[in-house]
Amino acid sequence: MKLTKLLATGAVALGLATGAWAQDKTKVGFVYVGPVGDGGWTYEHDKGRQAVEKEFGDKVETVFVESVPEGPDAERVMTQMALDGADLIFTTSFGYMDPTINVAKKFPDVKFEHATGYKTAPNVSVYSARFYEGRAVQGHIAGKMTESNIVGYIGSYPIPEVVRGINSAFIHARKANPDVQFKIVWAYTWFDPAKEADAAKVLIEQGADVILQHTDSTAPQAAAQDAGNVITFGQASDMSEYKPKPRVSSIIDNWAPYYIARTQAVMDGTWESTSTWDGIREGMVEIGEITDAVPADVKEEAVALMNSIANGEYHPFTGPLKKQDGSDWLAEGETADDGTLAGMNFYVEGLEGEIPQ
Amino acid sequence: MDLSAINPVLLVASLMVAATPILLAGIGELVVEKSGVLNLGVEGMMITGAICGFAVTVETGSPALGFVAAAVGGALLSLLFAVLTQVALANQVASGLALTLFGLGLSALMGQGYVGIKPPSTPKLDIPVLSDLPVVGRILFGHDLVLYLGIALVAAVWATLKYTRAGLILRAVGENHDAAHALGYKVIRIRTLAILFGGACAGLGGAYISLVRVPQWTEGMTAGVGWIALALVVFASWKPWRVLLGAYLFGGVTVVQLNLQAAGVAIPVEYLAMSPYLVTILVLVILSADKSRAPASLGRSFHAAH
Repeated sequence: MKLTKLLATGAVALGLATGAWAQDKTKVGFVYVGPVGDGGWTYEHDKGRQAVEKEFGDKVETVFVESVPEGPDAERVMTQMALDGADLIFTTSFGYMDPTINVAKKFPDVKFEHATGYKTAPNVSVYSARFYEGRAVQGHIAGKMTESNIVGYIGSYPIPEVVRGINSAFIHARKANPDVQFKIVWAYTWFDPAKEADAAKVLIEQGADVILQHTDSTAPQAAAQDAGNVITFGQASDMSEYKPKPRVSSIIDNWAPYYIARTQAVMDGTWESTSTWDGIREGMVEIGEITDAVPADVKEEAVALMNSIANGEYHPFTGPLKKQDGSDWLAEGETADDGTLAGMNFYVEGLEGEIPQ
Repeated sequence: MDLSAINPVLLVASLMVAATPILLAGIGELVVEKSGVLNLGVEGMMITGAICGFAVTVETGSPALGFVAAAVGGALLSLLFAVLTQVALANQVASGLALTLFGLGLSALMGQGYVGIKPPSTPKLDIPVLSDLPVVGRILFGHDLVLYLGIALVAAVWATLKYTRAGLILRAVGENHDAAHALGYKVIRIRTLAILFGGACAGLGGAYISLVRVPQWTEGMTAGVGWIALALVVFASWKPWRVLLGAYLFGGVTVVQLNLQAAGVAIPVEYLAMSPYLVTILVLVILSADKSRAPASLGRSFHAAH
């Protein structure tokens, strides 16, 4: 009993101490869906957090909670952060969308930033990156390099962000290679290395020699390396440990500039609720080094594609494109609008299987 | 839909690999619970084993030493639990949960320098002729030794519990620790040994994930396998062979559902994704209709003064 009492007092004292500190410093909280050492999605968000600390030094204090499940637990964590005096809270996974809105209602003075969602409020901004631009480049390389004509794709959850990536990769793989097929496996998790590795192994056993992943850990890279003649792409982070093969390129999420800008806005009192969706041009999406495992001509084409997306000449969703059921979507030369992309819940023509509803 | 893309031989071979971590952790926890102790720290011990095994394998280049280190690491962590619950008489549920949290944190700390490193690969059994047999060779004789160790452990635990004096004593302690104490058995010592065994098994299971199944180190990489192993022991009604059955079912359905998805079978993916849990629970619940029950002293603290 005594020990519990002591611990409780200690916790209260600690809470008071941090509460008192928070008054001179801008306190920025981060809620992560995986561990900071996942080597992918959360790892990059945490690099953004470290960049904020480095930029502002003593003027800022950052806190983070990792491996927070999407759901009621997330709400509890955010509430606690707000109670502890956070001025700005970044919630970094799609499944935190409703919890973020709920908590934001209770703390109108705290600013919230939700990644990859679409619901905003006076004190809730949303931000995301146009990962599908990077997927286009990956799709092109995948289509050129596959010998079995089977590309394996590990999806996390069937949400628009993931479906967009599949469509973008598929369109550009087909352009590069009309015979290419996609095999898609839904893992129903963002982070579970054992399951991700299993999914990769299954796809490889069924003939895939290119693995694209939309989950957060480097496990599929390890599985591909083990299997031998398979190529992969780093997801969310460079995953350069697996260079030059299996990882032949990557999509890197660079959140640091955004996090610094938003923290600055809170300090200056100029923060407003915004919707940000930046891509290769703005530098939020980066394409990691294309290694020498990729033939020089393919590499050249991939770089050209990347540049044309970056300078706005080319949109990865440019017509003529049809939906999976054969109905028309985009006419010749027409490009997809952001609204359709944000809510994308259909496959394009040529993909097999259904999106789980 | 193209079922011909699924290769049954590879499927069975990989389901055995997928089942082994759960099997190892489950059989260890079964012994712990048979002695009357409920250790909810399986997840923590597994992840500690995963990093201990990984680190030692990378440093020494020997997977065998790595697995030994994993067992030692898991056992050391469980020793903490043993001290708390057997000596200090702390609540077992709370201590077990604390052990999981502690293990997750400790492993993340220990693993700082090991992210992104590829471990030396664990050698697979290669018996001339036998391993080259079609179908059977790949399924029965083509795995690493730890997988066989898992199956052997199940047999050993079963035989020990059923046929030996040591097994009888362990069960007596688990059923009624006061009576066992009155007969002169060292309840605390026996339980501590059981806890250490459980820790070592969980550690092995964790290392199997980081060295064979994935193989790499990532923070939190056991991702809930320890909890599944815990549940499995209950659903298997504390019977060793049923733990094996449950683990293979769970691992099997997990791999099969991924295969079906990749082959484009027209079953909604949600059902496929929940199928490992459903099938395993269903089968084991039906099996446990024979009214097997938990060890009577499960979760109760023992104090000799009573």
